[in-house]
Amino acid sequence: MILEQSKRAGVGHIGSALSIADIVAALYFGIMNTSAKDAHERDRFVLAKGHAVLALYVALYLKGSISFEDLNSYCGDGTLLGVHPECNLPGIDFASGSLGHGLSFAAGAALAARLQNSSRRAFALLSDGECNEGSVWEAVMFAAHNKLSNLIAIIDLNGQQALGYTSNVLSLDPLAERWRAFGWDVHEVNGHDIPAMQACIAGLDTSSGAPHVLVARTTFGKGVSFMENQIKWHYWPMSDTEYAQAIHDVSAAA
Amino acid sequence: MRRAFLETLSDLADKDPRIVLLTGDLGYMAIETFSERHPDRFFNAGVAEQNMVGMATGLAQAGFIPFTYSIVPFSVLRPYEFIRNGPVHHRLPVRIVGVGGGFEYGSNGISHYGLEDVAVLRPMPDITIVAPADHEQAREALSKTWNLPGPIYYRLGKDDKTTVPGLAGRFEPGAVQLLGRGRDLLFVAMGNAASEAVAASKLLEEQGIGCTVAIVAAVHPAPSDLAGVLAQFKTAVSVEAHYRTGGVGSLVAEIIADENLQCRLIRCGAGSVASGITGSQQHLYDLHGLSPQKLAATALGALKGTP
Repeated sequence: MILEQSKRAGVGHIGSALSIADIVAALYFGIMNTSAKDAHERDRFVLAKGHAVLALYVALYLKGSISFEDLNSYCGDGTLLGVHPECNLPGIDFASGSLGHGLSFAAGAALAARLQNSSRRAFALLSDGECNEGSVWEAVMFAAHNKLSNLIAIIDLNGQQALGYTSNVLSLDPLAERWRAFGWDVHEVNGHDIPAMQACIAGLDTSSGAPHVLVARTTFGKGVSFMENQIKWHYWPMSDTEYAQAIHDVSAAA
Repeated sequence: MRRAFLETLSDLADKDPRIVLLTGDLGYMAIETFSERHPDRFFNAGVAEQNMVGMATGLAQAGFIPFTYSIVPFSVLRPYEFIRNGPVHHRLPVRIVGVGGGFEYGSNGISHYGLEDVAVLRPMPDITIVAPADHEQAREALSKTWNLPGPIYYRLGKDDKTTVPGLAGRFEPGAVQLLGRGRDLLFVAMGNAASEAVAASKLLEEQGIGCTVAIVAAVHPAPSDLAGVLAQFKTAVSVEAHYRTGGVGSLVAEIIADENLQCRLIRCGAGSVASGITGSQQHLYDLHGLSPQKLAATALGALKGTP
């Protein structure tokens, strides 16, 4: 569906969306409480890497939050479904698009839950390149200092950012150890292994102790042979031939 | 007025559990009035203003009314984009509190001056800006605005002693407060610069020039009665502890243009800040033409047609 919408709209960011598709699936289908908007225990989710939102739109469609007609309006005129998530769209609490902002939203949401004696959790899905932003580390420090155990960050560690590989742009290695050094409970997982991620999150203590981070190793452009780990698919839309090949690749894997 | 503000906020927090205060590690000898009474709703976010505003947005989304507190440039300029994409875009009731509008942190240098905060926030239609003129008005302004929908920026002075004579703490959202009944000249003063304008008007009265001072504490959205006041004067002088562009001088110019008023406007405010030169607020006011004597001289020049 990500491929279909991307092709129909002629808009890129396909590689990023495919990179997080399994993480979003793990959260939305088995982990998060996505009940009514005003429900006391409804979990919060922030897609800090807003440019990968197509994966989230598909999840919201499959959960019934938005219609197929809504989904088909992606990147159309007057739509609520733009290239980055908007807070007026049902199922989205925080609009993003500016990297480095999402974890702070989520830390505030986690703090609010604690003040309201709610067991709800706040999830934030960040990109690895986003960890270039200093503000991410401000939130990291606050959450650790205040023991926001109901805050769960997931880093989509695909090793790429807009203009190159993160190791060549602004190295983040060793990323897991950096978060550990800042006082977080760190788990290194395969970001395409849905049952393993769900088991990991289900086992977290979200009522006391340190905040949690899953450093999820992923493949940029996962599932499409010619996109995997290719920088060009951060922005590029597909041609007809490429689209046919992409659909063939994901169908063969399904 | 920071102390008056925080005392009022503490009183409000007694009655409303939604009020939360976050500080960017500032407010020594002022913020304790809140932190000691409401320790469970007070958070020192550390020297990390972007995250402070981001978290306040997350808190507001969950139903709280969070106040973030720091000195003007750290409160507004450092996390500006977080304010824009956070509470403004999401229409959430985050209250940004900036202390030290203009030159109040005189000897601390330009890093601590608040000279363009109103200019960067005022273009956004979905934020309210409140700049009280003294500590009495700060109490009243907070009491009458804290529960408004959407985000609010409070531009506060440090000064908890000076009172603007005749104002008596009056404040109404969306309105100006008028002092004096003179018809020769109108001063339009924003927030903490009001006392200089009032002092200047006294100097002019001594010379037989009748002045009225319009105090603009409800800066944005534009006070709805300001056009009507401007329409009654041929000459207006705007006064602000802020750069001349983007603050109340620009606001008055916009109203004159939009309403097609026949009012001459002279804008008084900060000009280029000499690199590296610091000093007291009084010294800097004089340097930038904002002392009562300089304001009176500017006004006289305007009335004679030689600005």
